[in-house]
Amino acid sequence: MSTTPSLRHELTKGFLKENPIFALLLGMCPTLAVTTSAINGLGMGLATMAVLLAANTVVSAVKNLIPEKVRIPSYIVIIASFVTVIDLSMGAYLPDLHAALGIFIPLIVVNCIILGRAEAFASRNTILYSLVDAVSMGLGFTFALTTLGSIREILGFGTLFGSQIISESFPGISVFILPPGAFLALGFLVAGARLLTARLERAAKARKGFITAAEAAKAAAPSRRPQGAEA
Amino acid sequence: MNYFVIFLGAMLVNNIVLVQFLGICPFLGVSSRISTAIGMGLAVMFVMTIATIAVYLIQVFLLVPLSLEFLQTVAFILVIASLVQLVDIVMKKVSPPLHRALGVFLPLITTNCAILGVALLVMNREYNLPESIVFAIASALGFALALFIFAGLRERLELYDVPKAMQGAPIALVTAGLLALAFMGFAGLA
Repeated sequence: MSTTPSLRHELTKGFLKENPIFALLLGMCPTLAVTTSAINGLGMGLATMAVLLAANTVVSAVKNLIPEKVRIPSYIVIIASFVTVIDLSMGAYLPDLHAALGIFIPLIVVNCIILGRAEAFASRNTILYSLVDAVSMGLGFTFALTTLGSIREILGFGTLFGSQIISESFPGISVFILPPGAFLALGFLVAGARLLTARLERAAKARKGFITAAEAAKAAAPSRRPQGAEA
Repeated sequence: MNYFVIFLGAMLVNNIVLVQFLGICPFLGVSSRISTAIGMGLAVMFVMTIATIAVYLIQVFLLVPLSLEFLQTVAFILVIASLVQLVDIVMKKVSPPLHRALGVFLPLITTNCAILGVALLVMNREYNLPESIVFAIASALGFALALFIFAGLRERLELYDVPKAMQGAPIALVTAGLLALAFMGFAGLA
């Protein structure tokens, strides 16, 4: 980062523009696997966010002590330690949620968002910025998972966070609870988020008053993003 | 005979990508061409089998006797990461053609959650060593099969006029959803 963008920019970027799920397509495995209900999505999002906060802070604090060549393994050990802490704490205090999320709790360690932020952001920025980045990315991830979980729960069961919101006679579209529904719902959600981003960008430009016809057309067409090239 | 049930279950019924949602990143990332999909599939098969054996031995001979099971996550990810490095070095020395074909996929595999996921599933289900090996090979075959079919679909998809907002990832996700729906037809097989 050559320029120092404002903290406000860092804090808000994770929601839509650089949302880890909708825009960057990172950390897809837990996103698809655990979002059968809104509460599971929220729990997974918060667990990931806790690890992200701790890992980003520690990586940023020790970035000058770690030799260049062993930095990735070092980051993985830091992340894995915090994942173990979260895993054991959830097992003790939230056993039901822990059982529902299953192996995806230990699998937070290979969530590419966390290693990605450690490598791309925390290893080059101050602790404060890394912390804000973690909050932003973590909230964006939680927001995406909760949204997907809510959509699947409403369409699949007619409930939201366990309370009935569609009439009892609604049979539920069970495919949305099953694995194919995860892919379908996320596909349409990503498309919707792209449309929204493009529209917001166009509106922001129009407000500033320097939009041309060509720019409007360009803003309407979101550029193709690379699709999670790293595993 | 139990092995056959494990094999079919891991490969088709509970397909690791389309039903268990492990290894989605490489599934979406390296599936735009059939040739790279085959390379990635073979590399995963290779590493997954070796990693499962290594992790099994670590668990049985190191973690359980010392009652250090809580270090499972840390130990497993380190074993897998160093194993991938080791496979890379050995393959480069022993079989350069194989390394040329699969080498580019190896670094990507360290963070492939399918490898760690299969290792954890094996521990959760308390398989013995031969069962674990069968499970690992079948899971890897299932991954390769899903990746291969998906790459074929995506090559075709390039020819079609997709709405702008759906281009790229969204249409890939919807395609994967339909593929997952097809794989649900295997339910009840094993």
